Amino acid sequence: MSVKQRQAPTGIMTPELIESEIAGGLVATDAVATYALGLGDDALILAHRLGEWIANGPELEEDVALGNIGLDILGHARSFLTYAGSAWGKTEDDLAYFRSEPEFRCRQLFEQPIGDFAQTIARQLIASVYFDSLYRALMHSTDPTLAAIAAKATKEVDYHLDHSTQWLLRLGLGTDESAFRMQRGLDAMWPFVDELYRAEPHRAEPAPSGELGAELSAQLEGIAVDPRALRAEFDAVVPRLIVDAGLTVPKASAARGGGRQGIHSEAFGPLLAEMQVLARQHPGASW
Amino acid sequence: MAAPAEAAPAEAEMSAEDEQGLARFLELIESDSRVEPTDWMPEGYRKTLVRQISQHAHSEIIGMQPEGNWITRAPSLKRKAILMAKVQDEAGHGLYLYSAAQTLGTDRDTMFDQLITGKAKYSSIFNYLTPTWADMGSIGWLVDGAAICNQVPLCRASYGPYGRAMVRICKEESFHQRQGFEILLSLMNGTDAQAKMAQESVNRWYAPALMMFGPPDEDSPNSKQSMAWKIKRFSNDELRQRFVDMLVPQAEILGVTLPDPDLKFNEETGHYDFGELDWSEFYEVLKGNGQANGVRVARRRAAHENGEWVREAARAYADKQAAAAATAAALTANETVAA
Ligand SMILES: [Fe+2]
Ligand SMILES: [Fe+2]
Repeated sequence: MSVKQRQAPTGIMTPELIESEIAGGLVATDAVATYALGLGDDALILAHRLGEWIANGPELEEDVALGNIGLDILGHARSFLTYAGSAWGKTEDDLAYFRSEPEFRCRQLFEQPIGDFAQTIARQLIASVYFDSLYRALMHSTDPTLAAIAAKATKEVDYHLDHSTQWLLRLGLGTDESAFRMQRGLDAMWPFVDELYRAEPHRAEPAPSGELGAELSAQLEGIAVDPRALRAEFDAVVPRLIVDAGLTVPKASAARGGGRQGIHSEAFGPLLAEMQVLARQHPGASW
Repeated sequence: MAAPAEAAPAEAEMSAEDEQGLARFLELIESDSRVEPTDWMPEGYRKTLVRQISQHAHSEIIGMQPEGNWITRAPSLKRKAILMAKVQDEAGHGLYLYSAAQTLGTDRDTMFDQLITGKAKYSSIFNYLTPTWADMGSIGWLVDGAAICNQVPLCRASYGPYGRAMVRICKEESFHQRQGFEILLSLMNGTDAQAKMAQESVNRWYAPALMMFGPPDEDSPNSKQSMAWKIKRFSNDELRQRFVDMLVPQAEILGVTLPDPDLKFNEETGHYDFGELDWSEFYEVLKGNGQANGVRVARRRAAHENGEWVREAARAYADKQAAAAATAAALTANETVAA
């Protein structure tokens, strides 16, 4: 099958559509589901953080813009989680609301608090560059559902990347204060870059030896994207953007990470408590 | 119906131009045509519009908060997405309306400043709290519902930019109302605890929503003039009646009880009669003594103040870009001359 044929028509892959395909018999394998769960958790937690900006933005246009970006990313999360759930007979909501902290697979960048506007832009820039290369590659996955989710997402991420880049320049080259804050935001987010580009573990749990499963599972060959292959693009794009914005490429050493193995930063627990509180008060209820 | 004469400047002060403008204005109003920003208009008309449109814009912006309160706690991902989209729509409504008001010569910064310093009014309904998830349903069903009753006639408002903004806004408001209705319907069809949450929320929002149409006609002195100018098309009481007539059958589908023992169908009028509203509560909230008046303004003010450095950076960057572009243009011009 050629790459072109594999691409589903874009713009139609919604969580509802995946749900109906699941009702029609679509089931992800355990390996694919584990992979989709990680991508879904990344997107869910980032979208949740962006939602915290609504009614708090520096101007009304940014309430709208950050809300839009958050909504797009929440859409990606819902699609990935719905698909992942098909392997285990779970819905997107079972996965989002009824797992505890160590069961989440999001990488730690996405959990970090929103901080000030500059910190949010720093995170969004890093995330957008990562998503951009990830989804462009994932569009060619041999798994048609993942390919279709990625094809829809890639168009949206293109706009997110433009939004972050524009603000990086404005803040970096605007005033002394904004340059200071933008640098501080980049410095705070930089330690979490490395984790994004580490191999997807093929085990959900660390092995007793502590070995995290550095190679992609053979079962995901041609299906999943190896993030290590995307790092060069980040290194080619982001440092240059930072320099163009009159700022310094941070030298902070990488955080240990471990999000894909259920190791999360301290800010994550309170986020989850807030996100899940109502759903957990009414287990089994529909809304 | 002609606009009353007191709306125009006193005869003696009127220039020939003003007189012509007034005649043309009255003609537009009478023929149900639109008044556009460049048309002559009486000062009173302009002031009334700026007040009404900016208050409407402020209401959209402040209205983001009671619902924004639940974005991080929405109980399903689908509801979370719908709520985020809704609150963001309200920000968009605020933006269209500020733009419409700006066409009358008052700039957005001035209006926004009036909002965050507590000088401007906005709809009192947003000074109520949202203690439960069911309030997301009640706000959509009742508050957006009342807004639609109010706003559909405004799509025909005599001032063009306002009417056109309302057309766009009304489309989205009817989505919001349906979504609110669906939230309540899910709750009413859910567990006992969910149904109780829904009923209790409707009990809290019903009367405040009815008061959104403003005081009874006899206590609403500005309404008459607005109707003569065809800004407003129906009186407060007419709109309120329409709203109640619309709600009753919807409440039956939901299975919620509307908290008014006097509510019953009147065979003679073909409308639902309803009980007296507690207008002292309305005026208390209007005076600033609602559940959340202070908090709402303070929150938007804090967002604005915390964002000052961002806006300043954007301005500084734009200035630098413009200066660089001017320099580049000048250099090109020099080169052309030199060549
Ligand atoms: Fe609205
Ligand atoms: Fe609305």
